[in-house]
Amino acid sequence: MTKPRFAVIRRFLRDRASFLGAAIVLGLVFCAIFAPVLAPHPNDIYDFHTANRLKPPSWDNPFGTDRMGSDLLSRMLFGARTTLTICVIAVGVACLIGIPIGLIAGYYRGWVSEMLMRIAEIFLSVPQIVLAIAISQTLGPSIENVVLSLAASFWPFWARLAYAETRSVKNEVFVESAIALGCSAPRVMLLHILPNIASPLIVRTSIGMGVTILNAAVLGFLGLGAPPTTPEWGRMINEAREFLPDAWWYVTCPGLAIFFVVMGFNLLGDGLRDILDPRIRRGGARRG
Amino acid sequence: MKRLAIIFSRLIWLVPTLLGLIALVFTISHVIPADPVRVIAGEQATAEQIAALRTKLGFDRPLWEQFLAYIGKVAQGDLGMSLFSQRPITEDLMARLPATLELGIAAVFLAVFVGVPLGVVSALFRNSPLDHAVRVVSVSGLAIASFWLAMELQLLFSMKLAWTPLSGRIDGFPPEPRSGFMTIDAIADRDWEALFSALRHLALPTLTLALPAAAQLVRLTRAGVLEVINSNHVLYQRAMGYPERVIVWKYVLRAAMTATVTQIGLIFGVYVLAGAIVVETVFDWPGIGLFAVNSILRSDYNGIVGFTIWAGLIFILVNLIVDLVHSFVDPRIVR
Repeated sequence: MTKPRFAVIRRFLRDRASFLGAAIVLGLVFCAIFAPVLAPHPNDIYDFHTANRLKPPSWDNPFGTDRMGSDLLSRMLFGARTTLTICVIAVGVACLIGIPIGLIAGYYRGWVSEMLMRIAEIFLSVPQIVLAIAISQTLGPSIENVVLSLAASFWPFWARLAYAETRSVKNEVFVESAIALGCSAPRVMLLHILPNIASPLIVRTSIGMGVTILNAAVLGFLGLGAPPTTPEWGRMINEAREFLPDAWWYVTCPGLAIFFVVMGFNLLGDGLRDILDPRIRRGGARRG
Repeated sequence: MKRLAIIFSRLIWLVPTLLGLIALVFTISHVIPADPVRVIAGEQATAEQIAALRTKLGFDRPLWEQFLAYIGKVAQGDLGMSLFSQRPITEDLMARLPATLELGIAAVFLAVFVGVPLGVVSALFRNSPLDHAVRVVSVSGLAIASFWLAMELQLLFSMKLAWTPLSGRIDGFPPEPRSGFMTIDAIADRDWEALFSALRHLALPTLTLALPAAAQLVRLTRAGVLEVINSNHVLYQRAMGYPERVIVWKYVLRAAMTATVTQIGLIFGVYVLAGAIVVETVFDWPGIGLFAVNSILRSDYNGIVGFTIWAGLIFILVNLIVDLVHSFVDPRIVR
């Protein structure tokens, strides 16, 4: 008999979609870490060769060259770094703000909880990307400010999710017994409630990464993201716009990169939900 | 009576939500920047101009006084002047709203009419090749950056095939602006050429906006139908010998629709309203999204703040309408 944990991993690997998602995400991390090694022309991040500009794909430049004559593939590999850095930190910060707020508001009842969730709802009353645009415009274009504006517009989602989940386990027997045994409130929240609401949070992290990559790309596209020379996929697509229809590769390649990476995180999230979220697992067989 | 009570309580909730929205925007525009006046005045402003503007706009007063004054102004619809067009922001946004609504409504309709049936079919024939195909398309639809899709569609249909116009709302003279909706105005004028032109201009932006929304609707509808189809009341109807057609299209779909209706507000806000910003930019569609992007490019700070308030307002109103519709579609929540 195999241990249930391995059975879960095996099932995850058997599901082609989840496996593909995990592979894409690992591929992104790999590209981001080894960008200087993988890139055929790693110096093209800073150098430009104007004589070589807007060349279609060839052996030397597999994805063609951009308006500065730099190798597009090399810049895209470094762009994976930019994207991953922005999104991991932004989602991380959003979780660190949102989850504690949701936990506290869900655990206690009273006007403080009410206030916290009202504030979260006000943030949610503006579409996320609109809020991120307003904040990053105020702060000015830089990678730090992109991270900040994405985190500031994303935390309420985590607060609301953690709040709802906390409320639903708050009255379970294991929480009541922990309280009856005299555990302090922080101990109950961190050691008893948090592990039991972790599954939906982990699932949402993967899907949230996809959403955040798309939003970061929009900020880059609008020129609100990283400064001009930074390799960033959204900004590349914006630069490429004036060279349509001739330089089709210039628009297409970074867009495909965004597409595959976001799809990877979404598939991974769906796969994780199937194995982690017990409420759906119960109906899993029926849902097919 | 219960329904009236719900409507009433929703309307009352509008007040604190709107106040909160204004407070949020006030924080972004007045509290976060080190010197908000410098931001509003623009990059070319001199020190004297900034000092004069500071007194004129009241930034030298205490923060709470500024906030109260700000609420008063926003409540009257005064969002300040656009630095670029030298007109009130509210006027500019009003003039551009119909273009965005025309595009947004077309996109929501397309998304619903494609997404919901596909979701139902996908659930009814689950694990069939059709279901797999629909799921692949819906997963892809959610992963595409809409500004990129917009440009690829332009590249293919406008530049290579020359089937659709590249950008704008209409060729030649626009019809008399009655509603601001090009298609409706053209019909009112009986100007079929203008109508055809407007529809051709509408095609690609609508498609771009509708794709992610349709993808999300497919997923929601599929999950909703699967949940209902396995429920006890459907088991009972099967046992009673109801025809499968009646069970699916009358009972299952209705129950599944309630789950979908609640999401349409979210879809409007997340995919259509937010998507309009980039899609209008690529297609040069003269709506409020393009206004926002132009404000960003020209560092027109009042414009961005004004757009943010409007986007919040539209989103809140759409969600309110959705809640009301929900109470009609699903009488259970009223009881």
